[in-house]
Amino acid sequence: MTQADDTRAGTPAAQPRQSLLPNLFRTTAFKLTAVYLLVFTLFAGVVLGYVAWNAKRLLDDQIRSTIDAEIRGLAEQQRLGGIRRLVNIIERRSRAPGASLYLVTTPVGERIVGNIEALPPGALDRPGESEIDYARSSEALDTPGRAIVRVFMLPAGFRLLVGRDVEERERLGVVIRRAAAWSLVLVFVLGCVASWFVARRVLKRVDGMTDTARTIMAGDLKGRLAISGTGDELDRLALALNAMLDRIGELMAGMQQVSDNVAHDLKTPLTRLRNRAEEALRTATSPEELRAALDGSIDEADNLIRVFNALLMIARLETGRIQDSMDELDLSEIVSGMAELYEPLAEEAGLELVTEIAPGLRIAGNRELIGQALANLIDNALKYGQPIVEAPALVRVAAVQVGSAVELAVSDHGPGIPEADRGRVLERFVRLDQSRSKPGFGLGLSLASGVVRLHGGQLRLEDNAPGLRVVMALPLAQRKPVDMAQPEAARPSTAAPNPAGLQSV
Amino acid sequence: MRLLIVEDDAEAAAYLVKAFREAGHVADHAADGLEGYGMAEGGGYDVLVVDRMLPRLDGLSLIRSLREQNDTTPALILSALAQVDDRVKGLRAGGDDYLPKPYAFSELLARVEVLSRRRGAPAAEPIVYRVGDLQLDRLAHRVTRGEDEIVLQPREFRLLEYLMKHAGQVVTRTMLLENVWDYHFDPQTNVIDVHVSRLRGKIDKGFDKPMIHTIRGAGYMVRDAS
Repeated sequence: MTQADDTRAGTPAAQPRQSLLPNLFRTTAFKLTAVYLLVFTLFAGVVLGYVAWNAKRLLDDQIRSTIDAEIRGLAEQQRLGGIRRLVNIIERRSRAPGASLYLVTTPVGERIVGNIEALPPGALDRPGESEIDYARSSEALDTPGRAIVRVFMLPAGFRLLVGRDVEERERLGVVIRRAAAWSLVLVFVLGCVASWFVARRVLKRVDGMTDTARTIMAGDLKGRLAISGTGDELDRLALALNAMLDRIGELMAGMQQVSDNVAHDLKTPLTRLRNRAEEALRTATSPEELRAALDGSIDEADNLIRVFNALLMIARLETGRIQDSMDELDLSEIVSGMAELYEPLAEEAGLELVTEIAPGLRIAGNRELIGQALANLIDNALKYGQPIVEAPALVRVAAVQVGSAVELAVSDHGPGIPEADRGRVLERFVRLDQSRSKPGFGLGLSLASGVVRLHGGQLRLEDNAPGLRVVMALPLAQRKPVDMAQPEAARPSTAAPNPAGLQSV
Repeated sequence: MRLLIVEDDAEAAAYLVKAFREAGHVADHAADGLEGYGMAEGGGYDVLVVDRMLPRLDGLSLIRSLREQNDTTPALILSALAQVDDRVKGLRAGGDDYLPKPYAFSELLARVEVLSRRRGAPAAEPIVYRVGDLQLDRLAHRVTRGEDEIVLQPREFRLLEYLMKHAGQVVTRTMLLENVWDYHFDPQTNVIDVHVSRLRGKIDKGFDKPMIHTIRGAGYMVRDAS
């Protein structure tokens, strides 16, 4: 289907095409068809064989019953009229066209009457039924016929043989064998043609997919596999692969953005660090000045380490690789512990930290990560939650169950975040505080968002009217592993716009 | 205190050996896992400081092998891997503490000193901790200073308990967060300082001699100043 796709043209990675046929023999479709063909042939053979065997049995039965009837009739005649009458009757019957085979002999085996010239030796000694070769006349000795015969002992040692030729049966056998041979040839030829068609059709689509894959490997990450629209298994495969490509593209874009930001945001403090050291070397005159410069340098280095750790952690979260450390957690305990940890800090900042925590909320997750995400949110609220209008100076930490999710919310009455910026602040290194007067790197919300995503939940930013409300919606604990690769993006809420807001690590 | 530093980076190892010696300890160095295992097996060390990624025998295997031979020498793992599950793996292998690189030497020193103390006192912890006129009764949950009873919140009690357990030793902020709150992340704010200063307000206010001392660039220490 993508055979004619423009993505194929001029791809340097495209391998030289092999001839169509050998390729065809290696396709799954061809192999499958070949197996079907074989099975079908076997079935056809079995069915034809069964029919032939049944037909032969039916014919044999018919012949036998004819022979039996004749023997019964002839024996009756012999009983009524003696051997002479029997001989007369047989003589008459033998001459009729299409007659059965007859032979009457004396006790010593001399022929009295009949239309059989030659018999295998000893054929007359066995009473009962047998199948033998015979000749009707001395001229036909070279081409013996085959017959089912029955030998009947008459009184006084005379023997009576009655039989019928089975030429009819043999002819039927020939017809069936020939039909079988022809039909097998036909099945084989038609099967080959059909499999060639099926395989070629599938091969064409697979070739298209392969070509697209090659262009993607060659660097065109925007390439996608074509969908035929029939919803068949190849379409499903293509859809899944396209979804995978989308996700990879997303991650690549994220990586790209991170490396750009890292370059920018790490270079700034690195430059500062270097300048500080250089300046100290150049201008410091006393040990105290040198010491102060070194202290400053260590602080800068520590900040760099923090940014680095946070970035590494976010990267880890986004690639979803910490499944091993997921446990069932008592979220209520974590939230109240974290609120208690930050309560003195809030008091110092002149804010009241109030909690509203439903007991016994359980989720599947990592305690450290949830704790850190919550710590970031509370830290942000304490940093930026100073009320700007007539609003109570408080930060509320709430954990409640909403449907099948736990909503963990940190709300303040600070300036909040304008609606237009809510999507952006979740990105790395985004700080709305243009003056950058507060400490931080712009990674805190990204990290929290990554943690929530990893737990299969969603982070929302809402208007607290006035202020900001950050909600981490996490799925309640279930007895199944958490889906780590949930590509569900945390989306900002659509609530009313807000004046300028800020966030940081 | 006798220390064994197993670290393959020569410069980092030389720095550690020098810094530990300056702090008044005896420090030996092994440059790879097998050498470290041989030296540790000989015994006689109070604490092992083991890098996680080592040539010939990695740090976790080294510790695991020692533990299999019932060698309980406290071991601190240094690692460039600092993700949540790496710490768990390190402790599961038999490590007693885990410090991600890069670290501040003051942090490493404080942790190593606490580990060596653990080795020195395997006996049961006393029920009552006493530092000067400050007393903490772990069973009765009672804190007194001189004749006065001091009422503490449960978390303040645990904070003081940890500080007094390691009286005379430096306790860093991350150690407090780990041992009192059981979190291992870097809070990045002065959240611990605020708790300590609250505790200090209850313990030291109105007394001549402070019990809780701030150690600049490192952390806190409880000791009788006299």
